[in-house]
Amino acid sequence: MQSPSVTVNGQAAPLDGVPAHTTALDWLRSRGLVGAKEGCAEGECGACSVLVARPGTTTPTRWTALNACLVPVLALDGQEVVTAEGLGTPADLHPVQREMAVRGGSQCGYCTPGFVCSMAAEFYRPDRGSAAPVDVVGSTEHPPEDAHEHGPNGFDLHALSGNLCRCTGYRPIRDAAYALDTPADGDPLAARQQQPVPAARETRTPAFVRPADLPAALQLLGERPDAVVVAGSTDWGVEVNLRGVRAPLVVAIDRLPELRGLTVGPDVVEIGAAVTLSEIALRLDGAVPLLDLLLPQFASVLIRNGATLGGNLGTGSPIGDTAPGLLALGASLVLVSAEGEREVPLADYFTGYRRSVRTAGELIRAVRIPQPQPGLVGFTKIAKRRFDDISSVAVAFGLDVVDGVVASARIGLGGVAATPIRALATEQALVGRPWGDVAAAADVLGAEGTPLDDHRASAAYRRAMLRQALVKFATENTLEVAR
Amino acid sequence: MSALSERPAGAVVGTAIPHEAAALHVTGQALYTDDLVGRTKDVLHAWPVQVMHAHARVTALRTEPALAVPGVVRVLTAADVPGVNDAGVKHDEPLFPDEVMFFGHAVCWVLGETLEAARLGAEAVEVEVEPLPALVTVREAIAAQAFQGGQPKLVRGDVESALEASAHVFHGEFEFAGQEHFYLETHCALALVDENGQVFVQSSTQHPSETQEIVAHVLGLTSSEVTVQCLRMGGGFGGKEMQPHGLAAIAALGARLTGRPVRLRLNRSQDITMTGKRHGFHAQWQVGFDDDGRLTALDATLTSDGGWSLDLSEPVLARALCHIDNAYWIPAVRVNGRIAQTNKTSQTAFRGFGGPQGMLVIEDVLGRCAPALGIEPHELRRRNFYTAGQETPYGQPVRQADRLARTWAQVLDTSDFAARTAELEAFNAGSPHAKRALAITPVKFGISFNFTAFNQGGALVHVYKDGSVLITHGGTEMGQGLHTKMLQVAATALGVPLERVRLAPTRTDKVPNTSATAASSGADLNGGAVKNACEQIIARLSQVAAEQLHVPAADVRFSGGVVRGLAPGGPTVPWEDVVRLAYFSRVQLWAAGYYRTEGLHWDSAAMRGEPFKYFAHGVAAAEVEVDGFTGAYRVRRVDIVHDVGDSLSPLVDIGQVEGGFVQGVGWLTLEDLRWEDREGPNRGRISTQSASTYKLPSFSEMPEDFRVSLLESAHEEGAVFGSKAVGEPPLMLAFCVREALRQAAAAFGPAGTTVDLASPATPEAVFWAVESARAGEGAHVADGGQEPDQPTGPPIRPNSERVLSES
Repeated sequence: MQSPSVTVNGQAAPLDGVPAHTTALDWLRSRGLVGAKEGCAEGECGACSVLVARPGTTTPTRWTALNACLVPVLALDGQEVVTAEGLGTPADLHPVQREMAVRGGSQCGYCTPGFVCSMAAEFYRPDRGSAAPVDVVGSTEHPPEDAHEHGPNGFDLHALSGNLCRCTGYRPIRDAAYALDTPADGDPLAARQQQPVPAARETRTPAFVRPADLPAALQLLGERPDAVVVAGSTDWGVEVNLRGVRAPLVVAIDRLPELRGLTVGPDVVEIGAAVTLSEIALRLDGAVPLLDLLLPQFASVLIRNGATLGGNLGTGSPIGDTAPGLLALGASLVLVSAEGEREVPLADYFTGYRRSVRTAGELIRAVRIPQPQPGLVGFTKIAKRRFDDISSVAVAFGLDVVDGVVASARIGLGGVAATPIRALATEQALVGRPWGDVAAAADVLGAEGTPLDDHRASAAYRRAMLRQALVKFATENTLEVAR
Repeated sequence: MSALSERPAGAVVGTAIPHEAAALHVTGQALYTDDLVGRTKDVLHAWPVQVMHAHARVTALRTEPALAVPGVVRVLTAADVPGVNDAGVKHDEPLFPDEVMFFGHAVCWVLGETLEAARLGAEAVEVEVEPLPALVTVREAIAAQAFQGGQPKLVRGDVESALEASAHVFHGEFEFAGQEHFYLETHCALALVDENGQVFVQSSTQHPSETQEIVAHVLGLTSSEVTVQCLRMGGGFGGKEMQPHGLAAIAALGARLTGRPVRLRLNRSQDITMTGKRHGFHAQWQVGFDDDGRLTALDATLTSDGGWSLDLSEPVLARALCHIDNAYWIPAVRVNGRIAQTNKTSQTAFRGFGGPQGMLVIEDVLGRCAPALGIEPHELRRRNFYTAGQETPYGQPVRQADRLARTWAQVLDTSDFAARTAELEAFNAGSPHAKRALAITPVKFGISFNFTAFNQGGALVHVYKDGSVLITHGGTEMGQGLHTKMLQVAATALGVPLERVRLAPTRTDKVPNTSATAASSGADLNGGAVKNACEQIIARLSQVAAEQLHVPAADVRFSGGVVRGLAPGGPTVPWEDVVRLAYFSRVQLWAAGYYRTEGLHWDSAAMRGEPFKYFAHGVAAAEVEVDGFTGAYRVRRVDIVHDVGDSLSPLVDIGQVEGGFVQGVGWLTLEDLRWEDREGPNRGRISTQSASTYKLPSFSEMPEDFRVSLLESAHEEGAVFGSKAVGEPPLMLAFCVREALRQAAAAFGPAGTTVDLASPATPEAVFWAVESARAGEGAHVADGGQEPDQPTGPPIRPNSERVLSES
């Protein structure tokens, strides 16, 4: 086995002796690459954003922006990283850097390298499209009203949803993003996307292990119940950085091929537990409409590029936004251990606050969504901020309406109890009744769960939002059903 | 036109250029204080021992267990302080306290070979405390009559008779939240000692001279033995005006005691839990109007939530009182101010420095009273604007009242206000579940430090023999583009191309006794000083060039790197040749520049005088849409016209306007700073102490359609090259978003509905406002008068007395 190393800006660098809890950010900075900054150490601000060569869907490789503060650097063994320093130099700016610089996209400059990396990832998105550069240096020209989150050059502003700037108010950053042309012929990073993605390789250090395959992973987990399993490390990284948690052993499972499948079959849609949320959206290609509503509201692109369904369900958080959606779809989980596999309905999976039926030696291998899916789906997320916030309440609907009558209903709730729950009483109140007049059922929904007062919302608001979620869903979907 | 404001032909000021460090920013090459750690040998790392009680007496502090942790080098405690154990200028902020005054107060610091060692060492320190009763909310402090500092009173006329004679009188109460700075770069200091034990501190500070003074007094050194440098900050916003000092002193103390460099960088939760924020306020008011909706009288008592120590609370409060008029003529005024002492972080400067809080009160009053008066809010505001010849309540003439009216008219015009208002009404009539509203609000903001002595600046300009120029000035760069402007000022004043001028980092051994880079005054003060230094050099070079060109020295002109006489087509000499010749003629090629703002006077006890050199103006109109189901909203369009005088640097200034506006929107709508006020072990804890719980505006809060322009023909006589300050005033343009949200919420109810709106107006707060409008609860603004509390505390001491007592 090779000793661990990572390629940074084209140069291989050894990772021998690096502690398991050392983040990619701290390691890069210790190497003198101080462009990436720590702004929050929990994947919320994006000042640490870097580009990592990851699998693509339309090209073999995609430059994918990740929060370096969350990823253990050992998880990058064998991989390729590009930082703001690697994109360009003051004398030879990268196109993204040039647009950001000349349009006033930086003020204090602290968030800027991270913005540059997130923007570069979108710049290199193979299916982004192109446009004539916009000549608006220093102006406040505005795009058409309906296009304010998508540039004329195909730039999706959501690519920057995980980056915070406290100085500019964002307008010049948007203008920079929307002014980008397509990568020039011969652009080395664009060319790199056409080459194979770096192969997954086994990593074995005293406290950080990336097993070669699933059997090896399961054997290790069987032997080491004290191990922490990480995929994108978007939750674990926060524990390490903010709460000083250290694990005797970290096991990375995000590149195990057995966990990375995604199939859309006639009876079931199966999504591998280690497919990132960004990949799910692309690879499903509309096959699960509820997830198309949900995933764009899940954290930020920077988080979705690392986070997985397995991780989101594995932590057992009561407000993980995917659980309500999957509950509404009647999903189940495939749990695997050295002893074999078992399938557990998601509704039976959670047992308490951050607890589940999953045992220490078990991994979530995949999520199964039964076909056909409900004909009418909806997802409401209540949060203070539209981009990248944690929901105070999340409500997902999966209904079948036949001849104007609700034939079946599944409603998943997040943020209103110690675990994600089904709104069983509300479902009962809807089924068999005409769709459209939901006032009574909405009152039932308003009484589901046991919402708390906290810094995100009051209990009263949470209850009101449960109620309103159904009223709004019905109001917005009555016409369609009638049609 | 004054000599200070006159702008020569071909000036480099006024051109739209990117930030001077933009290329370094975008490539990750720009260095911030913590980026220096990897370039420094043998650095020790500091970690605080925070005590998690809102208020408690320390009864035992055992540091030995920390020393047993591998890699821990030393624990710094009060016993180590050779000088004064205090982090502030008021002697009410012990650096190592024996009484925990807020949840998370650091009582000692651990130095480790690694950050991890220091962190584990801090966990090992044993602190025993005796918990004490705590005051957490401003209302609790008012009930307990727990106040600190002076209690200013601003009075004009006889409020009581004016209210009595008013056709309409209303009263109300309003409590609104503060704001976390959330500069992306947290506080950081890196201290080194040299061969004589002199101290060099690199600090992320807006006020290097004061950081220097505090480090010196903690270490028992003179200021000449301490040098502070600030390369740049990753944002400041006022949060690094006072708060860096104690942290720099800890690092410096550690460096003195160990002989090794010490780095102190707060992580985000430490930064939020340990350092001060914008003051939240409580306001009681009664207000009178005549039959036409003209303000007749305002009687208000503002109570700021100062936190555990005074810090800058007194001047912040004074500015709040001085801005309660915003843009409005109020004939009779009585405004009392007082500072609650609570067991919270010590609240401090934040962009606007009390101005936003004072102005929010009057804008809230007008927004709440307009429906009760039956006058459209925009018309009520316009009707009350200052007109020529009127004075502020503290006696300063409002000399540019016409400019405010002009800006207002321009925004009404460019935003198509009337037509869009009609469109929105039509939209609302057909839209039961979503309502839109358009609101317009003005800003008039006084420029200069209320504390008169701070209105001075210094600079050092070197011209080298090869004609290249190096400038240093007393201001710090925190992203606001001050350095960019100073380069433009120097290039303009010397008549050389911008590329000829370089700028060196801010250091106290280059320019001494500097003022904080604050109060929006960085460009005014330091620009005046840079210009002054350049003019000294130009005066000398003119003598040299006059001989060369055979013209009188007064007729020599420097422009674009060329020196010439007045006559067109006459001979010219390159700048470099004049410089070289001057050197060989033994003419001094460098100069120290100095500037003091003329014409200011302020009596802080009487709250009267002319504390401001001029006012900055702006007007903004915002359109919002509110979702009636949830209270969620979007800012659909914003139109701003802002007065920056004749802009020194338009790209920089537009950036300040936009950034300040969005930051203000964050304060008023999204940023929800919460302290746990229920009884229990977490009482006094900040429950929003991370980026995942304290939400700043992101791209989703940027106005979808954002149109900003600078007021034209806006020459300012009293400032460098005709410009005006820009850092703070645009923040308060954000009131229009809050007022639009109020109006949109009201649109869910019957016509004429008055809406109370909490601040911040989160989606939840807007939802409750919508619910109350829908329920037809109507006016919460109470008819009739009710006198606010009338505090009887001592006034803020006059500046002169303050200075004497501190020296």
